[in-house]
Amino acid sequence: ALKGGSRFQVSAALTEGRVAPTELCQRCLSLIKSTKFLNAYITVAEETALKQAEESEKRYRRGQPLGVLDGIPIAVKDNFNTAGIETTCASNMLKGYISPYNATVVQKLLDQGAVLLGKTNLDEFAMGSGSTDGVFGPVRNPWSYSRQYKEKSVPKSHSEDEESNWVITGGSSGGSAAAVSSFTCFAALGSDTGGSTRNPAAHCGVVGLKPTYGLISRHGLIPLVNSMDVPGILTRCVDDAAVVLGSLAGHDPKDSTTIQDNFKPFELPNLTDVSKLSIGIPKEYHAPGLSSEILALWSKAADLFKNAGAKVIEVSLPHTRYSIVCYHVLCTAEVASNMARFDGLEYGHRSDMNKSTESMYAATRREGFNDVVRGRILSGNYFLLKQNYENYFIKAQKVRRLIANDFVKVFGSGVDILLTPTTLSDAVPYIEFIKEDNRTRSAQDDILTQAANMAGLPAINVPTGLSERGLPLGLQFIGQSFQEKQLLTVAKWFEKQVKFPMIQLEVKRHDHGAFQHQKSASFS
Amino acid sequence: AAARGCGGVWRRAWQRGAGGPAPAPRGQRAAACNARGGAVPAGKSGLTPWVPVVGLEIHAQISSNSKLFSGSQVQFAAPPNSLVSFFDASLPGTLPVLNRRCVEAAVMTGLALKCSINKKSLFDRKHYFYADLPAGYQITQQRVPIAANGSLSYSLCIDNKMSQMVTKTVRIKQIQLEQDSGKSLHDDTRSQTLVDLNRAGVGLMEVVMEPDMCCGEEAAAAVRELQLILQTLGSSQAVMAEGQLRVDANVSVHRPGEHYGVRTEVKNINSIRFLAKAVDYEIQRQIEELENGGTILNETRAFDSKLGCTVPMRDKEGKQDYRFMPEPNLPPLILYDAKSLPANTNHQQVVNIDWIHERLPDLPSVKRAKLVERYGILPEHSFTLLNEDGLTEFFENVVKQTQMKPKKVIGWILNDLLSYLKQHSLTVKESPVSSFLLADLLNLLEKKEISSTAAKQVLVELWKGEGKTPLEIVKEKKLELLQDQKELEQICQAVIDGQENEVIMMVLG
Repeated sequence: ALKGGSRFQVSAALTEGRVAPTELCQRCLSLIKSTKFLNAYITVAEETALKQAEESEKRYRRGQPLGVLDGIPIAVKDNFNTAGIETTCASNMLKGYISPYNATVVQKLLDQGAVLLGKTNLDEFAMGSGSTDGVFGPVRNPWSYSRQYKEKSVPKSHSEDEESNWVITGGSSGGSAAAVSSFTCFAALGSDTGGSTRNPAAHCGVVGLKPTYGLISRHGLIPLVNSMDVPGILTRCVDDAAVVLGSLAGHDPKDSTTIQDNFKPFELPNLTDVSKLSIGIPKEYHAPGLSSEILALWSKAADLFKNAGAKVIEVSLPHTRYSIVCYHVLCTAEVASNMARFDGLEYGHRSDMNKSTESMYAATRREGFNDVVRGRILSGNYFLLKQNYENYFIKAQKVRRLIANDFVKVFGSGVDILLTPTTLSDAVPYIEFIKEDNRTRSAQDDILTQAANMAGLPAINVPTGLSERGLPLGLQFIGQSFQEKQLLTVAKWFEKQVKFPMIQLEVKRHDHGAFQHQKSASFS
Repeated sequence: AAARGCGGVWRRAWQRGAGGPAPAPRGQRAAACNARGGAVPAGKSGLTPWVPVVGLEIHAQISSNSKLFSGSQVQFAAPPNSLVSFFDASLPGTLPVLNRRCVEAAVMTGLALKCSINKKSLFDRKHYFYADLPAGYQITQQRVPIAANGSLSYSLCIDNKMSQMVTKTVRIKQIQLEQDSGKSLHDDTRSQTLVDLNRAGVGLMEVVMEPDMCCGEEAAAAVRELQLILQTLGSSQAVMAEGQLRVDANVSVHRPGEHYGVRTEVKNINSIRFLAKAVDYEIQRQIEELENGGTILNETRAFDSKLGCTVPMRDKEGKQDYRFMPEPNLPPLILYDAKSLPANTNHQQVVNIDWIHERLPDLPSVKRAKLVERYGILPEHSFTLLNEDGLTEFFENVVKQTQMKPKKVIGWILNDLLSYLKQHSLTVKESPVSSFLLADLLNLLEKKEISSTAAKQVLVELWKGEGKTPLEIVKEKKLELLQDQKELEQICQAVIDGQENEVIMMVLG
């Protein structure tokens, strides 16, 4: 018997027997192979996925599927623990690490019959905004290989066209966004600490939902910032996101920060009347560097609501501009703490250095972590020093409270949902992106998404249109705590109005050799 | 080092005082321990006295089936690394889940130590790298502990005389919940370290006592009283030898009227007896150091029980910055009382302070007062009864089964039973003579069927544990007192008859 709530469109095909779970799984696996150059997956769990699909098929034949997710191929970001399947965090530190347990969200997906295809690529330990800083190399945005992009972007010259023009996915859940965008899976889990789900969703033209902090268990998610991390959901449409949310949300006895209540999955209504809605447009989101086409898109969206009868008002979140600095202190402090466990003793990489325990620790951490991770550990420890704690950490916590209170005030004034851009611009080419360091990039790219994490609020990226270069642009809706149903309902209405175009992927022309070359070159 | 311990003037005065007849030092000694922070005898100059100050940090392992933040079992001496959950080994992605039993134990202890219980307390991470600390940090309560501002009353006898007992009070600064670390075993020959994580994550209560004590004996008495309270509550088994109660002493000395001196922290103290020794040694060492023109370093020292002295701990050199940070994975710990308890609460979900308060057992001080009142025994006897595990119950059982007055029974318990057990290193539970047998024997004595000398003889037989009853032994050994006048006369006559010559000699003088 299926639980309440909506279902994937493909679910109907499965239930009616129009497609078999094994067939669906195989189709996805072969797409993963043909899009290997995207580098979206770190590990493809072909064998276990096929086994799971076979089990699912038996259940369908008996007429007893486990739930709405039975037989649905999914992918999971490689910072969620998966029993028996490598969990690397795209780091040398955890290369080859096989966890003995499943993250709660992974377990819930499997318990409902989902087929786990593999683990997706990311920035090392989710620290980044491009999915370019992992040990397995950068993820390529599938839209780089779309007809839309190719037609509109003007190649500098014929010879270097594709190899220099491919654009990043955004990050850090770029692998998951690329996987959903390139049809290799129907849904993927990401994580969202400062925008890591919404940012790549925007760049890859998919729906990216960051639920309210505490609604979904973090048990088994390898943490970046415990007080801001949430498992994120990436899907092709808002309805699918609601289905996945329904199957993941609720109290987990293994995560003390989850809500006590059980969560009731919901079906999203088809909104016809938005006249009772009050949409807030926070003026501070006119951030420096916001591209004119995103600004135009944002205004158009506001007009869309206005014309449909909704109340659209400008609101102010005055402390949002301090968000980046504040996040830097809080994030690095927690990173310094969370990374302390990687000492080479219990698991993960261990250096051969054996002069003393201390020298082994130092060498292990030097060899295991990239510069970004080490840099954040260093800053974080600096902020936590006794002499700095008051001036940095405590102050940052106070600023965080102010940022959160801004939202409370705005929502208290009668605003239902905030509408903002998700990113400053469309995705940039990889060669442009790596000209700036990770810190600068993260600070710029998180600017529109981070405040929701500071305040723990639910937020969603909805693909809205294509840029002049033929790349996806997305807008973000920010809702009130635990008001996911309202948020998703509005997002669904908006999605229906904007009719975001389907990606026209042209993958056959890519030859592997050139890609391999590029990949190894980018490491050195 | 051993010689040094006896070298100091202050130390010598102390020992003479404690030892016996010299009256003057004894007076000083008593003064030293009577008033808080009171001056102790002069140093070399003989003019200016020193004031020793002793504070204690005590880690008590919470008696609980599972660890503070994980479901792993807690068990002493289990095979290495057999009680380790994913969380205990700090596997990435694992999260702490607070054990309700540990919270209740800390609340009980806080209430018993007259603390105010914080209805909202917080957890913090304390960072340092060590092989037996897998996460690289310990979860503790640095900012807001679960309980604070309490006090502990304890008694000690002056000059080892049970008849001269004084009661003192030490303030309890706070009680905090925290995780224990694992254990490291260093194999120097193979330059290896072996790590056992069975203990990692076990719940501890850290009890911080203010520096209200001034000598080893006070520190020892305070810890002994705390130990009894914990055992009475069942919040900790508090067996020092098994590491369930670990005591660190902060010691300093200063001149009267001046600021406290630089303090040292003495660790590695694994019995109450050693605590007294370690503290006294450290006080003496500091006085000598200062009198010789030296300075005291703010350092951590270890007590070497074999040498009877304290030595600097090498691996604790240099002050660490623990980079404290709020533990983000645990919400604030909220406790309720009858007033604040929300309606329709599931009692399994909340900890109610008042509920726990109402169910606190009698604390040792109350138990002692009741014993004195009920049985008319001396206060110092009540201390001895409580100090030995199971002795009070033994005593009360004997009293129940005999007509002998409790005041007389206590003599048999303390002088005969206890000294025998001590001589043979037995616990009360291991006693070969049960309360039933002893009561039987005392009943024979009380009914004047045997003399008290005979009773002692019977007791000697009973210790053998051969399963005979006192009456059987009395009969076997013919130890009955004769009640029949005629029979007694006959026996006397028989004796006299057999010794005619002697009788004649006596009569003749």
